[in-house]
Amino acid sequence: MTIDVQLKKRRGAFALDVAFSVRGPGLVALFGPSGSGKTTIVNLIAGLIAPDEGCVRLGGTTLYDSVAGIDVPVEARRIGYVFQDARLFPHLDVRGNLLYGAKRVGAATAPGELAEIVALLGIEALLERRPRGLSGGERQRVALGRALLCRPRVLLLDEPLAALDLARREDLLPYLERLRDRLSIPIVYVSHQFEEVVRLATHVVVLRAGKVVAQGDIAAVSLTAPLREMVGSEGLGAVIEGEIEALEPDTGLARLRVGTGRLKIQSEGIALTGLVRVQLLARDLILAVEPPRGLSVRNALAGTLASIVADSDRTHLVEVDIGGPKLLAQVTASASSELGLSVGRPIWVLVKTVSLRGHVYPAGPTREPPPAAPSAPGGAAAAHETWADAPPP
Amino acid sequence: MLLTDADLEALNLSLAVASRSVLMSLPFALAVAWLLARRPFPGRTLFDAFVHLPLVLPPVMVGYLLLILLGVHGPLGGWLERVFGVRLAFTTNGAALATAVMSFPIMVRTMRISLESVDRGLEDAARTLGARPLDRFVSITLPLMLPGVLAGAVTAFAAGLGEFGAVITFASNIPGETRTLPLALYTALQTPNGDAEAARLAIVSFILGLLGLGLSEALARQVRRRLGP
Repeated sequence: MTIDVQLKKRRGAFALDVAFSVRGPGLVALFGPSGSGKTTIVNLIAGLIAPDEGCVRLGGTTLYDSVAGIDVPVEARRIGYVFQDARLFPHLDVRGNLLYGAKRVGAATAPGELAEIVALLGIEALLERRPRGLSGGERQRVALGRALLCRPRVLLLDEPLAALDLARREDLLPYLERLRDRLSIPIVYVSHQFEEVVRLATHVVVLRAGKVVAQGDIAAVSLTAPLREMVGSEGLGAVIEGEIEALEPDTGLARLRVGTGRLKIQSEGIALTGLVRVQLLARDLILAVEPPRGLSVRNALAGTLASIVADSDRTHLVEVDIGGPKLLAQVTASASSELGLSVGRPIWVLVKTVSLRGHVYPAGPTREPPPAAPSAPGGAAAAHETWADAPPP
Repeated sequence: MLLTDADLEALNLSLAVASRSVLMSLPFALAVAWLLARRPFPGRTLFDAFVHLPLVLPPVMVGYLLLILLGVHGPLGGWLERVFGVRLAFTTNGAALATAVMSFPIMVRTMRISLESVDRGLEDAARTLGARPLDRFVSITLPLMLPGVLAGAVTAFAAGLGEFGAVITFASNIPGETRTLPLALYTALQTPNGDAEAARLAIVSFILGLLGLGLSEALARQVRRRLGP
């Protein structure tokens, strides 16, 4: 399903003017600093705020179009919205909350559907409890379940982790990954934490002051200048996806194919199969102009220098093409001139294996859109239209 | 302490008048509270002041206004009697109406405050889950403002037990019909050797008031426990 958004909204001095179009399923991250208009966008998509002009389309359905005069009321939009503060109904127990939307979307809930979603989110034990007794993470999981049970066309998540402490975030992230990989509907995810974006996004829209300053898949966006400014030199680094070739149980390392090269990463504690996503921080990379020899560094990727830009007075950012994916390395200006770095010359990137730890995530679904699912309106066939044909994890 | 038949009659009448007045004003108070809290309209401040008038006007004057409007020869009262055969002046229902008008501002105020404290975000959440406006009000807003509705109703009921001026002016002081506790108390005081009866009625009123307050507190506590912080 394609999500197509083009919106303008002026509020005092703040002017939002954004357009993006993403083919789902997958997770679109709206990333930007506070006040960049991320939450406003999801509220506009949901219809909680009226745009000045523009359109919102989901698949073949137009939810809003200022030219055609279409404005589907919020309650008929079939939007699954998970608010930052969960917004569970305090006078209903968890089951009542979960079924609130399901009762109202018309089609009766399939018998197994509640059980399936409850199991997916791990909230079996909470059904009879009241929201006030739940932890922040539990609340968000219930809110997710409540949104999913009304079989939405799109899931909007407004910083669902923002109200949680670090440990709870780690608890909730796997559930979000699971949803991303199993739902056949697009997810729009608002965040100002690049860590979350790296981990979850299949498509990123970078926002600043109400404008889209960069967008694309995470690998491309991770190299862009607007993102550099936002994450700063500490968090800066190319995000690449690679396929696991082999696990080496005796060394605790996994061999990863990235571009034309191989990368060894710590496999400790992570079941690595298929595609994984890693972020290589720019400040952790070392460049060599000759094939390196006799070093303790385990990873040396050969590539071609793609570009050099001045990052600050003293540092340069070097983009290296390693046969498809690109890496970003930060070097001092003096090193850059001593090595005679110039565009097009062959170069080797050294990565200390340990520097990858903590940045290994299972990658999302492939960016190739799957064959369009037959959309059977109503009836038993529609009962699981929310779900992709992916086997349970 | 034994109550005479007349005392019991006054007590029952008070309870009947107060509960009828609450039933009469509840839906209107809810509507007015919603209008004042949620719907900005031109003249809202003026309307707000008008709703609160019974708080500041002498009750006798409110009763007098009702008499002019709804009396047997009043424009509305005459019409009601001709078309529906309903008479309000000098009847128990009339006493209830006068009581309802007097306690209306209290009710609206309590309900409005509780309505304003309902998190609009929860209503937005209900909207995204497919709830239409009336559905939202019934399934989310009303249960969440229930403490205020109950508190308003109980306070209005307790206040209604003691309404004097408006009742005696509009509905007069008819034994068994409109002679409620305060009216009976007043009558006893006007009667030679009525001291003992006045004392009994005063004690009954006092106990009723205490019970009302206790009930309202218990209700509020129970609702708070159910809804949580």
